[in-house]
Amino acid sequence: MASVNLLIGVSLTYVTFLFAIAFFAERATARGQVTWLRSPLVYTLSLSIYCTAWTFYGAVGYAARSGMEFVTIYLGPSLVMIGWWWALRKLVRVGRAQRATSVADLISSRFGKSNLLAIVVTIMAVIGVTPYIALQLQSVTLSLAIFAEPEAGALNQTGAAFWVAFGLALFTVLFGTRNLNVNERHNGVVIAIAVEAVVKLIALLAVGVFVVWGVAGGVAPMMERIDASPIGTWEMDRSRWLALTALSAAAFLALPRMFQVMVVENEDERHLQIASWAFPLYLMLMSLFVVPIAVIGLDLMPAGSNPDLFVLTIPLAQGQVGLATLSFLGGFSSATSMVIVATLALSTMVSNHIVMPVWLSSRVEGAQVSGDVRNVVILSRRASILLIIGLGYVYYRFSGGGAALAAIGLISFVGVAQFLPAMLGGIIWRGATRWGALAGLLMGFTIWVFCSLLPSFGPGVVLSSSVFEQGLFGLGWVRPHALFGIEGIDPTVHAVAWSITLNIAAFIIVSLVTFPSPLERLQGAQFVNVFDHSGRAQGWDAARATSEDLMVMTQRILGAEEAQTLFRLEASRQGLDGGLPEPTQGFVQHLERELAASVGAATAHAMISQLVGGASVSVQDLMAVADESAQILEYSNQLEAKSHELSRTAHQLREANQKLTALSVQKDAFLSQISHELRTPMTSIRSFSEILRDTEGMGQVEKTRYASIIHGEAMRLTRLLDDLLDLSVLENGQVSLRHETGGLGDLLEKSIRTAQAGSTEPLTIRRRHVDEAVMLSTDHDRLGQVFINLITNARKYCDAETPELVISVSRDGPNLSVSFADNGTPIPDDDRRVIFEKFARVGNQDGSGAGLGLAICREIMTRLGGDVTHVREAHGNTFVVHLPSQSALAAQ
Amino acid sequence: MSTQGATPVFLERRSYRRRRMMDALRLLPILGVFLWMLPLFWPTPADGPTAPEAVPLSTAATYVFVVWLALIASAFSLWSLLRARPEMDEDASQELR
Amino acid sequence: MGKHVLLVEDEVNIIEAISFLLSREGWQVDTHSDGATAMETIRAARPDLVVLDHMLPGKSGLDILTELRADPEFQSIPVLMLTARGQARDREQAEKAGVSRFMTKPFSNIEVVTAVRDLVQLAQ
Repeated sequence: MASVNLLIGVSLTYVTFLFAIAFFAERATARGQVTWLRSPLVYTLSLSIYCTAWTFYGAVGYAARSGMEFVTIYLGPSLVMIGWWWALRKLVRVGRAQRATSVADLISSRFGKSNLLAIVVTIMAVIGVTPYIALQLQSVTLSLAIFAEPEAGALNQTGAAFWVAFGLALFTVLFGTRNLNVNERHNGVVIAIAVEAVVKLIALLAVGVFVVWGVAGGVAPMMERIDASPIGTWEMDRSRWLALTALSAAAFLALPRMFQVMVVENEDERHLQIASWAFPLYLMLMSLFVVPIAVIGLDLMPAGSNPDLFVLTIPLAQGQVGLATLSFLGGFSSATSMVIVATLALSTMVSNHIVMPVWLSSRVEGAQVSGDVRNVVILSRRASILLIIGLGYVYYRFSGGGAALAAIGLISFVGVAQFLPAMLGGIIWRGATRWGALAGLLMGFTIWVFCSLLPSFGPGVVLSSSVFEQGLFGLGWVRPHALFGIEGIDPTVHAVAWSITLNIAAFIIVSLVTFPSPLERLQGAQFVNVFDHSGRAQGWDAARATSEDLMVMTQRILGAEEAQTLFRLEASRQGLDGGLPEPTQGFVQHLERELAASVGAATAHAMISQLVGGASVSVQDLMAVADESAQILEYSNQLEAKSHELSRTAHQLREANQKLTALSVQKDAFLSQISHELRTPMTSIRSFSEILRDTEGMGQVEKTRYASIIHGEAMRLTRLLDDLLDLSVLENGQVSLRHETGGLGDLLEKSIRTAQAGSTEPLTIRRRHVDEAVMLSTDHDRLGQVFINLITNARKYCDAETPELVISVSRDGPNLSVSFADNGTPIPDDDRRVIFEKFARVGNQDGSGAGLGLAICREIMTRLGGDVTHVREAHGNTFVVHLPSQSALAAQ
Repeated sequence: MSTQGATPVFLERRSYRRRRMMDALRLLPILGVFLWMLPLFWPTPADGPTAPEAVPLSTAATYVFVVWLALIASAFSLWSLLRARPEMDEDASQELR
Repeated sequence: MGKHVLLVEDEVNIIEAISFLLSREGWQVDTHSDGATAMETIRAARPDLVVLDHMLPGKSGLDILTELRADPEFQSIPVLMLTARGQARDREQAEKAGVSRFMTKPFSNIEVVTAVRDLVQLAQ
């Protein structure tokens, strides 16, 4: 027989081992080696704190009493995990995005950061969970007592409970408040509970394997024994099967300790996906041998022995001390890991929502020194841990450890399940309000206390038996197990059904009739639409919190986009990449100015000073003002935008119309011009050909003269058509340029010869051949066309007595230009502006040209990448041909 | 097709498969609820003497655990199939239609 | 009985053709080719009929016509207007301004001669 002392020795060794693991995990974290500490496996194992001593010992007892019903407690969480996509995914995302530290924090944060709500949730959680902690202490002392039985009186049970509580408090204080982590993560604790998860699984599996193969002799005989046992048939209260599955699912989501490991300690959302199948597997393995152990226990153990301890007593009865010790360690692990995490979660709530606000408000000057607050927070956290575990111990002492373990577990579940409507309602329904949440919580909690918690102490302890029979104050419809006079429902199902139903009803109805504060509406939108706009959550410290508030405020007034731009610019100006800028004085003043532009200076100042410094107006009041201003602004902005859009469209239409009209006028003018240019020569041709045809006896000289007029006009028509086609080709960019290399001198020579050909009175042309020794790479035919045109123009229109044309080449860096200067009458200024236009003809000139020559010249030069301009001289006109710089290659 | 900005009407085969797998993943808990609530229809001795003979506990337990194992296996295979598709890595929890 | 015709036109070949045609019919033809100075010539020459080109350098035929009609002395002088632009709008404007006859180039010789004869007869 194992002595109690040996067992205590083993326990202490095990605890030391856990301390060491936690310590090294913290050390590794400090060194930045967190990858393996935060693996999906560790995450899944940490979820196993769902399986407490209630599971380890209580499940077997439960099965021994009610058969398969125990399994509902694991079916609910399995369904929740397998259906992670529906609720958990959003819960984890919201929790992480909002940096929620606890269930209370999450609910309060959702409902406009209401501290009242946080306090209510915290108190409910403490009341709901403390019995559960007491239950763990009880299970450890009970299991110790089993070993001590032969040496009766050797174990002081209450003393043992005290030392267990003390040890757990020490561990939690050491690793739960070792450093005040901004995100409330505790690597040491998590790794320790992961190890404990493995220990309890192995212990339970070991006992199960021993029972099936060691005692029963295999699977088939085991099955036979199961069917032959007192619980061997399917005896199920159907309402309990349904209600308990739903209850366990609800509790899995709402238990503060589950929130701690599932959301707060979650490192990576993808771990949740792995846990979605891994955790149900763990639960299945934990429940696999429960029925066999219960059946064998009922079979072997003497009548009246506590079925809750079969896991221990069967190996002991079979002389398997080692196995029993392992089993003891498994139960010990289950109890301690639950107590540690539950205490951690509760102490966070108590400290953040009760102790800290009280402390802060008791100090007049407020929390100005951050180091100051830090110490206070750690101190309050430690005090809270001691308080919670102390409460658990006190509860254990006074409850006397009487009730069956499973009953306490279920009562606790119903209590925490009351959080669920507010939690889930808050993340899926934007219309949920603070008062709705409060009403639902209080309603559910009251019914739970009256129907579940108080009756659990038995008739005559807290509630007198008359209350059970005649109802509260003699009112028949308020009986703890028969609310509204509906009798015959199983008490647990009764409590679950009424508390949750009325909780939800109160939540919804009150939410519908109350109006949320602006902050609530903002938070509601952020919770419900978390997938639309949550990136990874940002950090959290005092300065940032102020920045966040400023950001929230600015967003409401300036609109999300503008506010974000403003803050981003400021952040990058401060050299902070991403995240929020520090609320420096300059930035705050700048912000105030920005806001003043929208809501007026006084309001902006009041708002800013409320957030940054103390002010007498409440934030809520200001938020309401901001909300209304934002609505009005938005409305007027919309109107303005609409009218802007209309006038823009009208303007565009007008412009398009003007363009069309201008185009049409241009086209008309062009057609008139063409018509004129074509009809004029045709008039002469027709007239003279009719004269030639109709006049008899015309002299040969006259005939020849008229025929040559006809010929000349026909030539003019041909030229005109050629020019028109040429221009059209050039204008449409269809012309293909043939680049070739040749000397400028040669080109000028050829052009002059062509232009002067057949002329009766040739123009005198002066050149400087030295300058012309330049090689050109360009379309020589087209450039020649320009030269010919300019020379011909000079020849035709130069009205000097001795017409003269000076052709000179000049270079200015890479730019080469050829100028053609004549000594005729300068073109008047009015005409200069239009000479390059189509059909432009200057002065009283003869009509042999259509006025397209210079237009063609300019078009050609544009195509060649150069230009042609007219320079007015005192005596004469100069046309300058600018050649593109790359066309001039080098001097010859 | 999918390179254009707007959501295409027809998805590529791969993402179509993936979305249907997400559908399966979402339906899995509903299947679980259905299978695990089936025992509600089993006869129990409390139904009275005319009721059919009650189900033996070994059969009941086997049923519950087989369903359990099947759900775990389905969840596992869906998870590993979805993980094998690269798009899942970006953000698996994104809204997938 | 040679009547006096003034031809205001800037195209040399057309001047020659019309001069030839009208001279052959026994008219006395004077020519003028600048729009800007056309009014003085008309006032000085006091012709029985004016053949007016629509598009003239200096001043357009339409402007000259308007000016003529504004002058009581030339209110009823027959004016034959020639145009090469061939736009309906030009004809409308000219008719509004009080043109006696409007012709589009190219014309047939007989048409011009007939028109001039008719207009002079009508005016008498």
